[in-house]
Amino acid sequence: VRIIRTPCTGRLETEYFMKALENGADGVLVAGCLEGGCHFVEGNLCAKRRVNYTRDLLEEIGIEKERLRMVNISAAMARPLADTITDMVETIRKLGPNPLRKSNGNPEGGVPRRPIFTEGNEGNGDFSLNPQPSTFNHLL
Amino acid sequence: MIVAQRKNIPELLAIVQEHRKVLLLGCGTCVTVCLAGGQREVSIIASALRMAAKLKGRSLEVEELTIERQCDNVFLEQAAEAIKKADAVLSVGCGAGVQAIAERYSNKPVYAGLNTAFIGILEERGVWTEKCAACGECVLHEYGGICPITRCAKKMMNGPCSGSREDRCEVSPDRPCAWQLIYKRLKEIGQLDRLKELKKPKNWRPSQSGGCRTIIREDHRV
Repeated sequence: VRIIRTPCTGRLETEYFMKALENGADGVLVAGCLEGGCHFVEGNLCAKRRVNYTRDLLEEIGIEKERLRMVNISAAMARPLADTITDMVETIRKLGPNPLRKSNGNPEGGVPRRPIFTEGNEGNGDFSLNPQPSTFNHLL
Repeated sequence: MIVAQRKNIPELLAIVQEHRKVLLLGCGTCVTVCLAGGQREVSIIASALRMAAKLKGRSLEVEELTIERQCDNVFLEQAAEAIKKADAVLSVGCGAGVQAIAERYSNKPVYAGLNTAFIGILEERGVWTEKCAACGECVLHEYGGICPITRCAKKMMNGPCSGSREDRCEVSPDRPCAWQLIYKRLKEIGQLDRLKELKKPKNWRPSQSGGCRTIIREDHRV
């Protein structure tokens, strides 16, 4: 299990969940503060809506939505957090590895995040003209 | 602004079925504001398409680019290189954007990734409502700034249909009766007399009945 800290779950955007799964993560567990207990008032509620939206999107794509889950646990609830992580790991174990990891020659799994091609020279050169925001990409 | 909605992922995947390198082109104007086709949505849809394609065992490269305005040739120029390199363009701009690209790049397949829905406003966070039907001959001044064509389910021009219940439309109780709104508004601004005028049948000729409309400003032509 890899833990990524954020200042608030409200900082998490749909793109981050998508990139994590696209890059081969088996599952993503979002652990936010208890509802009503957000330091930024409604950050965890924003995250909840985004997680739900992404779960629907995963269904459209054909990936099990159970691979993305959000829980509300306060900083003082170490035991429930550990149990939740164990439960999430069990869920993922039953689902099996991320289906995207049955890769086509990519040892890291997932699909290439930024496809690279140039005219007449496929596989080389940077096609990117307008890089998208990548705040968390180095972590995923 | 123009309000649009994303097509679902299986549909998008089917649309670009025969292509291997697709440019997903976003627009930084209306569809960014309505959260359908801006830079952020481009990133999400591109990820979704790549994942869905991979699951089906298809080879699909999706490049991402968002320009300021797809319906404007000056801005469209910024996408020229990327469009040239791609097999096809999947535009997540409005219908005008898609057609602007199609006209400019005659040899490149261009597809719509969004369903362009209406001209509307952001009512509250995450809720957009239609306000204008672009009928071509605005009558808002006669109805206290509330459009009976767009907001009345029956497009009543001379008073309510009498089917409303407790201010709600009988066609769809989740929306207010437009004529109730018009009455209240005209009363508030002291223009209730306007309701005494009998409105003649609306002239629909400036609307879409004659095909696509054109506006020419001779003073701005070169």
